[in-house]
Amino acid sequence: MKQFQYVKASSNAGVISAISKPGTKIIAGGTNLVDLMKRGVTAPDKLVDITHLPLKDISEPMGNVMTMSIGALALNSVVAEHPRVKEMFPLLSMALHAGASPQLRNMATVGGNMMQRTRCTYFYDTAMPCNKREPGTGCGALGGINRMHAIFGTSEKCIAVHPSDMCVALAALDAKVEVSGPKGVRYIAFTDFHRLPGLTPQLDNTLASNELITRVIIPTNNFAKHSYYLKVRDRQSYAFALVSVAAALDIEGGIIKGVRLAMGGVAHKPWRLFDAEKALMGKKPTEENFAHAAQLAMQGAKAYKYNAFKLKLAPATIAEALKHASGLV
Amino acid sequence: MEKEEFGTDAMPQTGLEDPSRRSFIKQSSLLTAVALAPATAIKAAEGHLDEQIAGALEKLPLRMEVNGEMHNLSVEPRATLLDILREEMDLTGTKKGCDHGQCGACTVHVDGQRVNSCLTLGIMVNGKKVTTIEGLAKGDELHPMQAAFLKHDAFQCGYCTPGQIMSAVACINEGRANSEGEIREFMSGNICRCGAYPNIVNAITDVKNGGMEA
Repeated sequence: MKQFQYVKASSNAGVISAISKPGTKIIAGGTNLVDLMKRGVTAPDKLVDITHLPLKDISEPMGNVMTMSIGALALNSVVAEHPRVKEMFPLLSMALHAGASPQLRNMATVGGNMMQRTRCTYFYDTAMPCNKREPGTGCGALGGINRMHAIFGTSEKCIAVHPSDMCVALAALDAKVEVSGPKGVRYIAFTDFHRLPGLTPQLDNTLASNELITRVIIPTNNFAKHSYYLKVRDRQSYAFALVSVAAALDIEGGIIKGVRLAMGGVAHKPWRLFDAEKALMGKKPTEENFAHAAQLAMQGAKAYKYNAFKLKLAPATIAEALKHASGLV
Repeated sequence: MEKEEFGTDAMPQTGLEDPSRRSFIKQSSLLTAVALAPATAIKAAEGHLDEQIAGALEKLPLRMEVNGEMHNLSVEPRATLLDILREEMDLTGTKKGCDHGQCGACTVHVDGQRVNSCLTLGIMVNGKKVTTIEGLAKGDELHPMQAAFLKHDAFQCGYCTPGQIMSAVACINEGRANSEGEIREFMSGNICRCGAYPNIVNAITDVKNGGMEA
């Protein structure tokens, strides 16, 4: 690891001012950043340790506040085990438990989880070309072993996927991200936080380089009874998703009154399935309707040499997740 | 021969001790040192002590309690907790496996929570309590989990064992050892290449059923 300067931040303003300088990065849990630094994928001159900022709170909806707020520094394990998170947003708890290992969840933060970088092996291998790591060098995955790669929203520059499970659930739950910058606070819809690669795959998200994630806000909903996070991977635990699906249903009198669907492991960002959601509204939660919605969700999918199996795996996973969520399984 | 001449001219016997290279290193080190400013570093550079510059430049004080004993150290910001435990403190029970958070051999407890010490910067543990495998036993009396690993032969080569035991203790403390499936899921961050998993699960089940004092 290259030598770097280390500073501890004591205020949001201090962090924002420090990260405005190039070569400076924020460190919180460090589970991804330290790994990337060890591999030479990134080599910051200065790290700003934000773990002492008061951004760990999880605050519940009270009075007429219809949202739950989760601080950017709340640990993945703490959020996953939080009684009110489990009760109100079981989808989020399930997704967090599906990610990484218990040790890593004790280190990783909510904000850091959102900022983690792709696990594309060509991005990690500094001997290979990668437009995300070094813009303009090409993409090793396009003609390489791309079985872990994207089938939606790819570009000729990059076919990497976003690795997070938590983010798939937050995209499905209509969460908002609160960020602080030199001009003050702004809110980003979770589905707009991560971006597609386009011509600038080096940019993972829409956060400005001088902005700090302060918290995630989730509106209350009626999905708690019928939620499921299904992650399909090469081994039963502690592996990144081939395909994952966050499914949440609001079923009243045998009719779907509300539905949220998002997929992981298939795109450069958590992939919301708006068409499938629309198709399920007002319908009965049946296997046939789920299969139909799953097929609609696949429109526009494009496979590469080694990930064509995802074209079958993804709709099957969507249908299965919906069956679990609705209680058919 | 052309080849020999090339070799003689370009690669003198002195090799790495090539005086021009030495002076370049000294000069560039001095420039870096001046730019980064600490007086000790400039003194080291002036004294032509290249090797000491990096240390003098960037070491930071680290105060942490390890296995019940307070330690005051001076560490580079890039030093991981794993490397500090092993290299600076001679606590070699914690193992370096993959060094990338994938195998769990480096698992220790920080303020009672299990973490991968290979992905933890030592400086970020400042003021915290660390427990390693060396801190589990009470004198000659093994921790119940250590005893159970012995009883159930829950190790083969033994390399992953310290990390497995630290995780196993945490697994019970977290209330996640209620079934074989749950134990397997919550031990998934610890990889054993010998495949001692069934015996590890038995050891944890045994301790869980027998009660464990954390």
